[in-house]
Amino acid sequence: MSALSTWGARHLQACLGALGRLSRQPLSSLLTVMVLALALALPAGLWLFVSNARAATGGVADAVDVTVYLKADVPLAKAQQLAASARERSGVAAVTLTSADEALAEFREFSGFGAALETLEGNPLPHVLNVRPTAGADGPLEIETMKRYFAAWPEVELVQVDTEWVQRLGAILDLMRRALAIAALVVGIAVLAVIGNTIRLEVDRRRAEIEVTKLVGGSNAFVRRPFLYTGLLYGLAGALLAWAIVAISIAVLAAPVGTLAALYGSRFGLSGLALREVGLLLGTGLLLGLLAAWVVTARNIARIEPRA
Amino acid sequence: MIVFDRVSKRYPNGREALTNVSLRIEPGEMVFLTGRSGAGKSSVLKLVALLERPTRGTVTVDGANTSTLPSRAIPAFRRKIGVVFQDHKLLMDRPVFDNVALPLIVTDTPLREIDRRVRAALDQVGLLGRERVAPLELSVGEQQRVGIARAVISKPPVLIADEPTGNLDHGLALEVMRLFKRFQEVGVTIVIATHDLQLVQEFGQREIHIDDGKIVSGGASSGAAPDAAALPNLQAHR
Repeated sequence: MSALSTWGARHLQACLGALGRLSRQPLSSLLTVMVLALALALPAGLWLFVSNARAATGGVADAVDVTVYLKADVPLAKAQQLAASARERSGVAAVTLTSADEALAEFREFSGFGAALETLEGNPLPHVLNVRPTAGADGPLEIETMKRYFAAWPEVELVQVDTEWVQRLGAILDLMRRALAIAALVVGIAVLAVIGNTIRLEVDRRRAEIEVTKLVGGSNAFVRRPFLYTGLLYGLAGALLAWAIVAISIAVLAAPVGTLAALYGSRFGLSGLALREVGLLLGTGLLLGLLAAWVVTARNIARIEPRA
Repeated sequence: MIVFDRVSKRYPNGREALTNVSLRIEPGEMVFLTGRSGAGKSSVLKLVALLERPTRGTVTVDGANTSTLPSRAIPAFRRKIGVVFQDHKLLMDRPVFDNVALPLIVTDTPLREIDRRVRAALDQVGLLGRERVAPLELSVGEQQRVGIARAVISKPPVLIADEPTGNLDHGLALEVMRLFKRFQEVGVTIVIATHDLQLVQEFGQREIHIDDGKIVSGGASSGAAPDAAALPNLQAHR
């Protein structure tokens, strides 16, 4: 217990010592942290952009419905039969039948042509099947196959899918996801380089202290400890500031985005980083900081030997 | 405690600082290492503190052969040896307390014990109450005594000092030497390199005289340990 608490006290001391050294050079520490924060905020922001774009277009992207217009002379009973057999097909999640009467009522209500429609003799609208593919079968290729399948039915007049739009959106999101991966990789390397170089300079600056510490019997691990904490602190501070930058950006953009969404009749609102994502950001910062410090100190501290 | 068996030391620049040096220092002995500057005194101390390794021959300190000691065992080895430098090598940006506590901090000593022992060590060198002072606010003699407190705080069995009185006037030098003498009285083996012959004579301890990398006199141990093996024995040992 006492050995453990001594060990804990040593680590606390190394951590506080590292914190103290950072605060003793507030300007250069702040500049380093800002560079790290901007670097980390880039992929975090890009990630939010992608996930928000996905959420905003989610209604469209998810609902890759195939609209099957039946011929005008197909009776309702036959339409119901067709709907039932459409449900049987693999890759079909749901089929909604909108009868010609329902369609007309809907049209009357929403189009504003109510009075004009009264003058029509019959109902010019056909029965319509709304086919929703299952999650696994909504790729462009499967949709195209499904389209051809329904188009081949003799009772079918027309099958409509806006596959191009779906394809483009999918391609854009895919591209952004790849860009995000590249950005994350580049930023990771940049963060390693910034922290690594900062710590290397610090090792050089504290060379005399390291020599004396080794002279009185300090092991490499002991000498290394405060530098590892310095790396951790840089990574954590950079990630925290990156989080703040992202949160502020979201707060600033929320109102105009809300206005824009309202103009499109959407209730979409920007969402910030979820708890799990914040955890990921902070964890990445900590890990990169530790890794950079680890690599740099492993090389540099063992080389420093006391001189008389 | 310290045995040099036909040790030669050649530095990378080609200079041979020690040639075929054999000496033996018994536990609890206080020995002066004398000679002109450049004669090889510092090289002997560096070999003892494992700041250097011999080019030929073996250096054994407290039973450990410094040539074969693996690098992970070096920190533990150095903890057994207190070192005092002429330029005292204090950390000028740390208060006296931190400087003296360093050898205990690296061994993860509990804080309360560090506190107690730092005070005890500072008390021994007459600097109790100056824990929070920066080394630069102290006189040269006081700085030297802080260096001594740091060297002895972990109670090492061996204490080596390179020109510890080089920057001090005779009165202060005498004071520092008396301090060393007190450590010897409690069993510490002490090796002091100095060119202050007057001081050496006043203390009357064994003197190992080195010139041009060779031992001129005093290499075998003297009265401090009568049963100690003399040089011929040492060679027979091999």
